[in-house]
Amino acid sequence: MSEPLLEVRQLLCERDDRVLFENLDFSLNVGEVLQIEGTNGSGKTTLLRILCGLTSHYEGDIFWHGELRTQAREAFNRSLLYFGHQPGVKAVLTPLENLHWYSAMHPSMDASRVLWALEQVGLRGYEDVPCHMLSAGQNRRVSLARLYMNDAILWILDEPFTAIDKQGVAQQEALIAQHAINGGAVILTTHHELTMPGPLRRLNLDQVRETL
Amino acid sequence: MNQPLSNPDMPVKQTGMAVLFCAVMKRDLMLAFRRRSDLLNPLIFFLMVASLFPLGISPEPTFLEQLAPGVVWVGALLATLLSMDSLFRSDFDDGTLEQTLLSPQPLFLVVLAKVIAHWAMTGLPLTLMAPLLGLMLFLPTEGMGGLMLSLLIGTPTLSLIGAIGAALTVGLRKGGVLISLLVLPLYIPVLIFGAGAVQAAVTGLPLGGYLALLGAMLALGIALAPLAIAAALRISVSG
Amino acid sequence: MAENKKWLPRWFYQMASPRWCYEFCGRLLPWFVVAAVLLLGAGTAWALAWAPADYQQGNSFRIIYIHVPAAILAQSCYMLMAVAGAIGLIWKMKVADMVAKSCAPIGATIAVLALATGAIWGKPTWGAWWVWDARLTSMLVLLFLYLGVIALHSAMESENTAAQATSVLALVGLVNIPIIKYSVEWWNTLHQPATFTLTEKPAMPMEMWLPLLVMVIGFYCFFSVSLMLRVRNEILHRERRAGWVRTLLEKA
Repeated sequence: MSEPLLEVRQLLCERDDRVLFENLDFSLNVGEVLQIEGTNGSGKTTLLRILCGLTSHYEGDIFWHGELRTQAREAFNRSLLYFGHQPGVKAVLTPLENLHWYSAMHPSMDASRVLWALEQVGLRGYEDVPCHMLSAGQNRRVSLARLYMNDAILWILDEPFTAIDKQGVAQQEALIAQHAINGGAVILTTHHELTMPGPLRRLNLDQVRETL
Repeated sequence: MNQPLSNPDMPVKQTGMAVLFCAVMKRDLMLAFRRRSDLLNPLIFFLMVASLFPLGISPEPTFLEQLAPGVVWVGALLATLLSMDSLFRSDFDDGTLEQTLLSPQPLFLVVLAKVIAHWAMTGLPLTLMAPLLGLMLFLPTEGMGGLMLSLLIGTPTLSLIGAIGAALTVGLRKGGVLISLLVLPLYIPVLIFGAGAVQAAVTGLPLGGYLALLGAMLALGIALAPLAIAAALRISVSG
Repeated sequence: MAENKKWLPRWFYQMASPRWCYEFCGRLLPWFVVAAVLLLGAGTAWALAWAPADYQQGNSFRIIYIHVPAAILAQSCYMLMAVAGAIGLIWKMKVADMVAKSCAPIGATIAVLALATGAIWGKPTWGAWWVWDARLTSMLVLLFLYLGVIALHSAMESENTAAQATSVLALVGLVNIPIIKYSVEWWNTLHQPATFTLTEKPAMPMEMWLPLLVMVIGFYCFFSVSLMLRVRNEILHRERRAGWVRTLLEKA
């Protein structure tokens, strides 16, 4: 067994005098899908933000390919795709312009697949419509189109199915499972009951806290 | 769907620095031009501030003539400051700032490109508009060249320093007034040498020294400010 | 971060422990209180009663025995704040953050003291309460910088974010202070040469200069006392849930 892709050791995070989680240990291997569960306010989003390096308010160590994540930021960022609470879509730009900007910022994104990716998320025909004229769900789809056009290994997805219709959810689930099979790894949170094919690991933050 | 995934050991496609720089600048310029009214606001503010002085003090040409270099410079400084708050705010609100921080691209360059784009839409128009205000305030024609040159070299520094304040306060809901508190003291040297340059131009003294000092501050700003902005952005997003 | 700490000396590592720092400051505190009282008392008496009057300004010059130490202290306090902030930023050291936070209000108060004494001194010397003298103006800008740091700190909800953000601001200010000083001095060349520098030969006679030195050291001791008090308070507040603080409070 080779070293895990991502390893978390003794993670501790406090928010406003409240311990969200403590002594949190887990690792993620290639080919795995990990769902972070927990009630509202249990720290799911905070955990994801810590994992991708947006938040530095934690104690403990995070390793990427056996190396401290803080010291391998560039390599880590190159292999990361993060889908956050806000879709990360500029309202005055068109879907096409948004995705082109993403591909300039993230070398793992392939600009030549933009149109194809938009077609996959059902936005063909909307390429040149400013995003503020699209619905909330469509805006999230613009951001989800990134999943179809990147070669990043690790996907960290925070509530990727919010405002997405049933059919879209099934499609994203299949995509996530496929990504794991292709040698990627996914960490996600969702309130949606996942029915995806393939193995799914779960980490419940409420249980982590109770066992303390 | 079966695209191979990139291997960390494999050399990764490197987007050239210049390409990245241009992409960021292009995006920010595009964003600004799609919201043209925001673009005009600092310029209108500049004009209004300058017209307050004759109303508040005296319309006497000989009097205003002496005041003009300082008033135009203070006006430009305040107009820049006013425009700073929006630099990172919309990116912060819609989540694109997070995505920027998670990019493997050097944040230094991204930030510098954003500030330069911001300057091109505030500092540069302010510089071009300054002679009009000079006329309104009876600045002698000899001073116009000095005014424009000093603003041309000085306003980018104002944008760089202001961006530090914007980055520090982007996570706060009430950023506006706070930015002024943080940034105004840091603007003082630019104001002193900028207004000094105009004064020198009016009295026919050589300008070189002032412009060199403004240039030195700009060089220092380009070298150091993006580091502070990048650090401040990470802190603000982390909060 | 563990491997980062290896090359740092042991005391540095110890300082990072709030409890150790609390106790260490507690042990130092009485010494500094005694030193501050003695030095400030002796210095004031010496300055008021025995130091000769200035041949131009008469007795009014004696205010420099407060003005000059305050001005020096206000500047070094800013430096300490920025350096402590940098340490907190780089090594994630909470105690350094607390030191930086505690420096800001003390420094601002001392800057106000320097400005007020400067203004009072200005009245008999220049005939006006406020003159745009270069050093007074620099001090005013320094006060603005302090106020900015305090305003930023109080605007932030999270203590950690506030500490990091104000550290960045303090460092930016630190880089700017020499530039501001130079530009203001250039702007107003009508200033007296600096009254007091440790590195250069004193321009004043020895009888005037020695009490000033005593006062400066006394001010530093006073500053240490008030900084340690504030830092200890801050430690207690932030570690209020830690076991050792609770037992400490129960004992008291």
